[in-house]
Amino acid sequence: MTNDFWSMGGYARYVWPCYGIAGAVLAWNLWAARRYMAAAKLRAARALAMASSEAR
Amino acid sequence: MWTWFYKLASPPYVYGVAAAFMPWLLGLAALAIGYGLVAGLGIAPPDYQQGEAFRMIYVHVPGALLSLTVYTVMAVASGIALIWRIKVGHAVAAASAPIGVSFAILALITGSLWGKPMWGTYWVWDPRLTSELILLFLYVGVMSLRSAFEDPLRGDRAAALLAVVGVVNVPIVHFSVVWWNSLHQGATIVRLGAPKMPGSMLWPLLSMWLGFMLFYGAVLCMRVQAEVLNRERQASWVREAIKS
Amino acid sequence: MTVGAWEAFLLVLHRELCLSFRRPEQLFQPLVFFLIVTTLFPLGLSLQLSALRDIAPGVLWVAALLSSLLSLDSLFKSDADDGTLEQLALSGQGLTLIVVAKTGAHWLVTGLALVIVSPIVGTALGIPASAFAIMMLSLALGTLTLSWLGAIGAGLTIGLRRGNVLLSLIVLPLATPLLIFGAAATDRAISGTSTAGAMYFLAALCVFTCTLAPWAATAALRITLE
Repeated sequence: MTNDFWSMGGYARYVWPCYGIAGAVLAWNLWAARRYMAAAKLRAARALAMASSEAR
Repeated sequence: MWTWFYKLASPPYVYGVAAAFMPWLLGLAALAIGYGLVAGLGIAPPDYQQGEAFRMIYVHVPGALLSLTVYTVMAVASGIALIWRIKVGHAVAAASAPIGVSFAILALITGSLWGKPMWGTYWVWDPRLTSELILLFLYVGVMSLRSAFEDPLRGDRAAALLAVVGVVNVPIVHFSVVWWNSLHQGATIVRLGAPKMPGSMLWPLLSMWLGFMLFYGAVLCMRVQAEVLNRERQASWVREAIKS
Repeated sequence: MTVGAWEAFLLVLHRELCLSFRRPEQLFQPLVFFLIVTTLFPLGLSLQLSALRDIAPGVLWVAALLSSLLSLDSLFKSDADDGTLEQLALSGQGLTLIVVAKTGAHWLVTGLALVIVSPIVGTALGIPASAFAIMMLSLALGTLTLSWLGAIGAGLTIGLRRGNVLLSLIVLPLATPLLIFGAAATDRAISGTSTAGAMYFLAALCVFTCTLAPWAATAALRITLE
């Protein structure tokens, strides 16, 4: 990785933040989806527990 | 031939399919994006006009294309849900919206960062950036409408109608913005877009686009599972499903 | 006694107009808002008419959009609140017919009123009288389109908390094309160049919306009412 690569012909402070934001967006999508899924499972488990305790 | 379509109307089937597909989509996405990054940053030669700055295309254009694709998927799923009353459609639409918003924001920020060295300012009322901004507003409208209802099904259906109305408007908005921009053509020397591209520049772009699409598919699978769970809580298959 | 479709349409239209004129203050509110907003711009920018003339089409149109949005909330709300809307939906006359009558009445008392007041506002912003014809025609088409977009939005947001804000959030992005074409037409009328292109697009947009929006608005009402 030469210095040329990192400096991107002088445009480094535009190019690298771009890729950084892209990486952040992709990471956020994965993280948020995982969190959303965990919350949904929790809510479903609670609803099932309530329903079965009412049935008793 | 239509049996697979009918099967997709069943929430537990969709849940299972999404769970199965997700790792494959994510893996393929990683490969495509990986190749795109290596080839785009390392192998493709610098552009004649824009120099190294053109490399921002490899995240800006896929982001913009994705934001449009996701909105279309959201609208189609919404239409299917409204016409045939298939609730899974609502799950797909609700799952897609936040993903689409994130890509629209990506497109706007990278577009702004690309515009600074090319045009000297962080924002210009370029037709594509302006259309992208309005698309973001349309997304926010759909998401806000869905969450404003207490009855989730009614919220789903209202948001679905809005998504369908919006998708009809997207080409109209884009056309009108392009038309308006041509009236007030400033001195844009360099178009914020694809330069004439030889293969070594084009392939990484296509790969990044494909990678982003596959990534959207993977995240959609994850979110659709959650959305389906939220809409089907009392059903018996849920008990088995959440044990995993 | 069965009522034919045309009579039903006229009955609803008549009812809407009667109700609107029973409270004339409510009719004036959007107009006053229109005047106030257009006054704010010169106060905020410049008092020179020549400078104002450049931004006048945009200011006029944005003010007209915002004023129309204010009154859209009342399109279905009061009828939904006291159950009349459900009765109308169950009446056996097509709901679409009723929606067309209601939206038509709304445009007559709001949009058309804006069009009539616009020369006053136009003069205040420095728009020459030669541009008035195009300005008023474009406003007429634009407010009609907006009434229909607003009907869809109003149908979707009946009875929601802060429905007014949500209504604006939904309708404004959809209204950007008519803002672009309308302001461009007025601008060209001021500078004397051909307004045909902008007006044709505006008219096409109006026809397109007036054709499809009734179905969308009816569907929206069915979603919220059922």
